[in-house]
Amino acid sequence: MNKLEQSSLYQLTMARFRLLAREPEAIFWIFIFPILLAAGLGIAFRNRPPDVLPVGATTTQLTQALAADKGLKAAEMDEAAGSHALATGAILLLAVEQPQGVSYRYDDTNPDARTARMIADRAIQAAAGQRDAVRVENQLIHETGSRYIDFVVPGLLGMNLMGSAIWGLGFAIVEARQKKLLKRMVASPMPRWQYLASFLLSRLVMLVIEVVAFLGFAGLVFGVPFRGSLWQLGFLCVLTSMAFSALGLLISSRAKTMEAASGLMNLVMLPMWILSGVFFSASRFPAVIQPFVRALPLTAANEALRANMLQGVGLNHLVAPVAILLAWLVAPFAVALGIFRWR
Amino acid sequence: MLLRGLRKAFADVQAVDGLDLEVTQGECFGLLGPNGAGKTTTIEICEGLTTPDEGTVELLGLNWSTGAGELRQRIGIQLQETQFPEKLTVEETLRLFRSFYRHGIPVEESIRTAQLEEKRKSRVGGLSGGQKQRLAMATALVGDPELLFLDEPTTGLDPQARRHLWDLVDELKQAGRTIILTTHYMEEAERLCDRVAIMDHGRMIALGTPQQLIATVGGEDIVEFAVGSTQVPKAGPGAPDSDPVRCVVDAAQFTAIPGVQSHRVDAGLHQLSVSELHTTVPRIFAALKAEGLHMSEFRTHSATLEDVFVRLTGRNLRDE
Repeated sequence: MNKLEQSSLYQLTMARFRLLAREPEAIFWIFIFPILLAAGLGIAFRNRPPDVLPVGATTTQLTQALAADKGLKAAEMDEAAGSHALATGAILLLAVEQPQGVSYRYDDTNPDARTARMIADRAIQAAAGQRDAVRVENQLIHETGSRYIDFVVPGLLGMNLMGSAIWGLGFAIVEARQKKLLKRMVASPMPRWQYLASFLLSRLVMLVIEVVAFLGFAGLVFGVPFRGSLWQLGFLCVLTSMAFSALGLLISSRAKTMEAASGLMNLVMLPMWILSGVFFSASRFPAVIQPFVRALPLTAANEALRANMLQGVGLNHLVAPVAILLAWLVAPFAVALGIFRWR
Repeated sequence: MLLRGLRKAFADVQAVDGLDLEVTQGECFGLLGPNGAGKTTTIEICEGLTTPDEGTVELLGLNWSTGAGELRQRIGIQLQETQFPEKLTVEETLRLFRSFYRHGIPVEESIRTAQLEEKRKSRVGGLSGGQKQRLAMATALVGDPELLFLDEPTTGLDPQARRHLWDLVDELKQAGRTIILTTHYMEEAERLCDRVAIMDHGRMIALGTPQQLIATVGGEDIVEFAVGSTQVPKAGPGAPDSDPVRCVVDAAQFTAIPGVQSHRVDAGLHQLSVSELHTTVPRIFAALKAEGLHMSEFRTHSATLEDVFVRLTGRNLRDE
């Protein structure tokens, strides 16, 4: 045996690897699932040609005027049929011929209906002889970095870092406690810090595989951009993973059963899945809860990851999210060490 | 190992209630008692896993408050219900535990001692109960401990696996290690231990070599029998519940017989502790015949620690 193999930290870390590698489910959830999710979302939200909006009109003349615009698909119908079509969502807008002009029926809370209103009005005015006062020209741009898949990949990365850290640490520790293995370990001369450090070390190595596999997939298949420094992206991933590991440690520091731990993990993770801007921007939530939303570690992680990948923002402009992540690393770790139940 | 005035209470249960004990080097010492007697609490206090409410523990001239690191290196521990990670192999588990100790025996040697050579590459999850217990023993041995704690090492094992483990403990004894083990099997303590302390309700109720303790029962042999009456018992309305057949026999009748040291009745079975079996038994037969009673069962066995416990507490060990 060489010196490295005799070191208890090495042996503990290797044991963590072996246990993880021999757990097929863990491999699936950590490596395969995020890639499947990204693939699914990428296909669902792929860029399509601009939608053609369905509209209706009460006279042939109006219908022809509307159909002249490529953005609209117009059908002629009487008022009763038109009202029914509106109510069921078959059309977005109904143009009704009036003695003194035209009236539009549409739902102004529906963005598509508002668009239909603008296009329909333009088409009808043009048919009636209105001319543009200013000559305009359209230049169309479809840039990577502004698509939904570009938005969601950093969010999924953050969510995956959270899940693998909290589940990986939490379940393993609580299981060891429940099976009295933890007690057996502290009955040996094993340094306690090494036991916890072995989790962080194995996490760091798994992290490299996990992040490279996921981002590699997103980059190759969807062409998701990497505009920031890759080293800084790596640093952000490590910081995020360590912060969530500390949280996982805190969650598992007292729990005696897997059920209790699993409940606690859901309690911690569920709000962040919803609030922290994984699938849609966190800024959509009311201003009242924004301070709370901003203080969540996953919000900070997603914000920093997006800024790095999509806008190429450097760490020097990401002080706030990095500080939040650091706080989430230090505070739970300190508390967890203080209250950790070793038996 | 030296224990002085040890006390520990959990909630409203006084688990250990004033215990003094001394174990010398090279001795195999047994803590014996029914479930809930305080054996495990006592041994965990000794192992530094539980802090006593009162009292002191001294091991190898050290104590847990100042010499914990040193002590952990020099003792070996096998806990009652450790489940090692199922997906590690025997060898990996032992290599892991070996890495915690500065000095110790090679992993290969611990595998050989525990007779797990054939299983060295097998995962822990696939081991039998006895093999798991031997693995636990091996993890306690890799640090080459001077003092070994075994907490109910054979509980839940089948007789063959138990005998196998006893042989292992025997070998460790031969090698001169100090061993402290708990058990609720009397035969195990008799077979393995140089000295035994019997515990009940957190107190030590007897201490000595198995032979000394057995001698306190009085006789060397135990005679057990049940009796029935040849006469039809008087069935009166006054005593419908009591068993008339057994009321006929009076304890004094038996203790009056020369050679009978004591008498007790357990579940309808009379137990006499007897010396000089060969002359006493005919006298018992004669006495019963004179009373017009006949025996429905009869057997004798040498007195065991079980009989010591019964005599001291009036209860059977496995009553709980």
